[in-house]
Amino acid sequence: MSVAAETPVSDKAVLRVDNLESYYGPIQAIRGVSLEVREGQIVTVLGANGAGKTTLLKTISGVMNPEKGTVVLEGDEIQGHEADTIVNRRMVHVPEGREIFPLLTVAENIAMGAYTRRDRNFIQEDIELVYSYFPILKQRATQAAGTLSGGQQQMLAIGRGLMARPRIMLLDEPSLGLSPLLTEEIFAIIKRLNEEQNVTMMLVEQNAAVALEVANYGYVMELGRIVMADTAETLANSKDVQEFYLGISDEESQRGQRRWKQRKTWR
Amino acid sequence: MDVIQLIVSGLANGCVYGLIALGFVLIYKATEAVNFAQGDFMMLGAFVCLGFTNADYLGLSFWLAVPLSIIIMGAFGYLFNWGVLRHMFGQSQVSIVILTIAVGFILRFAAGTIWSHEPVSLETPFAGEYLNFGGLVMGIDEIAIIIVTVVLTIGLYFFFSGTKLGVAMQAASQNQLAAYYMGIPVKRVQSLVWGLSGAIAAVAGILFASKGAIEPASGLLGIKAFAAAAIGGFGSLPGALVGGLIVGLIEPLAARFAPDSLSGIARIAPYAILLAVLVVRPGGLFSQTQKKKV
Repeated sequence: MSVAAETPVSDKAVLRVDNLESYYGPIQAIRGVSLEVREGQIVTVLGANGAGKTTLLKTISGVMNPEKGTVVLEGDEIQGHEADTIVNRRMVHVPEGREIFPLLTVAENIAMGAYTRRDRNFIQEDIELVYSYFPILKQRATQAAGTLSGGQQQMLAIGRGLMARPRIMLLDEPSLGLSPLLTEEIFAIIKRLNEEQNVTMMLVEQNAAVALEVANYGYVMELGRIVMADTAETLANSKDVQEFYLGISDEESQRGQRRWKQRKTWR
Repeated sequence: MDVIQLIVSGLANGCVYGLIALGFVLIYKATEAVNFAQGDFMMLGAFVCLGFTNADYLGLSFWLAVPLSIIIMGAFGYLFNWGVLRHMFGQSQVSIVILTIAVGFILRFAAGTIWSHEPVSLETPFAGEYLNFGGLVMGIDEIAIIIVTVVLTIGLYFFFSGTKLGVAMQAASQNQLAAYYMGIPVKRVQSLVWGLSGAIAAVAGILFASKGAIEPASGLLGIKAFAAAAIGGFGSLPGALVGGLIVGLIEPLAARFAPDSLSGIARIAPYAILLAVLVVRPGGLFSQTQKKKV
């Protein structure tokens, strides 16, 4: 695995996953994934439907237990721990599909993000911080979260995740079901959070174009395995990624055959 | 005047139904399971209190027996979830329904064996006393039921809207997975909800037994309370109380005003109301619909 050419902050890996295997019953969803997320980086995991991206995040954040392998967060093995102890270690998972609490108000939703925290004085500060990044949430603070639009719900989900004061945030498909304009907006905020609040991000996306734009490093997953790993820039320029995930192709006629050949070499 | 008298005693009955219905709704909201033993929890709470305070048994002070039995029933609810239901996680709703129905049978039998199969009344310091408001006679027990229900309702309202644990209980009931992602210990929160509804069942049982008599079969009152909860829209706490009051009021009024040829109508009236409500508003009176945005 090549080291990122222009690693922005440090070489320290916040999160390291080694040879992780996860099953849904008899079906193996993750087939020995190893990856690394360095401090201050945005690392993206690309892949099509069913590649195992979401399962990977769930296994890392403790919602699912791995069959084999280790998840090392800042030097400590955390695989198989309960989700609440992992949130306490300031790794937070913003799940796919805007899983908010629909009947609670926006403010209550945000407050729930700080459930594991005990430092009341700073919680208020962080609520203001969330509102400064997402001003619309402040306007809607007393409204039931279920009445927000899709984009606002996604903002709420990210804002609620921020309330755990995460050092690392696992974002699952923040662009899901959003218009291109809203996707741009959300990703701009993700980038700002990364730079201004020094939140390391692990970003799972199907929308490879936007993800590679903000990311420093990227992994490509297929059928439960990592098939490519490189800097975001290199990935964005790679022929395979361009063809399979960015939809850029100059050999339209041979596409089907080429794909088959390429996938074969990846295994 | 006698109509007002009927309404007052109907309200008192309705409060008890409402409290049992509250237990149904709490558990349903938090765990999506229906506890068909809720009425039997109520009955058990009454017997526990009676076992502490009645002269035939331990003969403790009533004011000591009440908190003790509330705590015991709270612990019973918590442990029931922790020790039994949590191991049923992932099983179908039907098996949980059958389990709670079976537990109801067990509790009724156990209460009969330990205490009595016959109706017993709870010895309260205010038994038989009443106030007379210019011809309107109200038993202290009825007044106590109404006051306790109002206070408990207000308390629960502030608990659920104002405390972190209360909001977390709501959060866990609305979206378990998201609550889990936020680090809310969902399993413990669910056990606490069971504990809370056990404690509420104890309060309902004590109030019920102080007004009349309690016997193991009183646990079947849960079915009427279930109707009350459904009238209120099964997911709503105020709905449960309103549903309870409707059921409580309709019974004596139907009995009073029905023609002689329909003398049994009081007994079916709650279910007739339930049917009517479900036809007009299938979600119940206070249904909270939540649709997921895509």
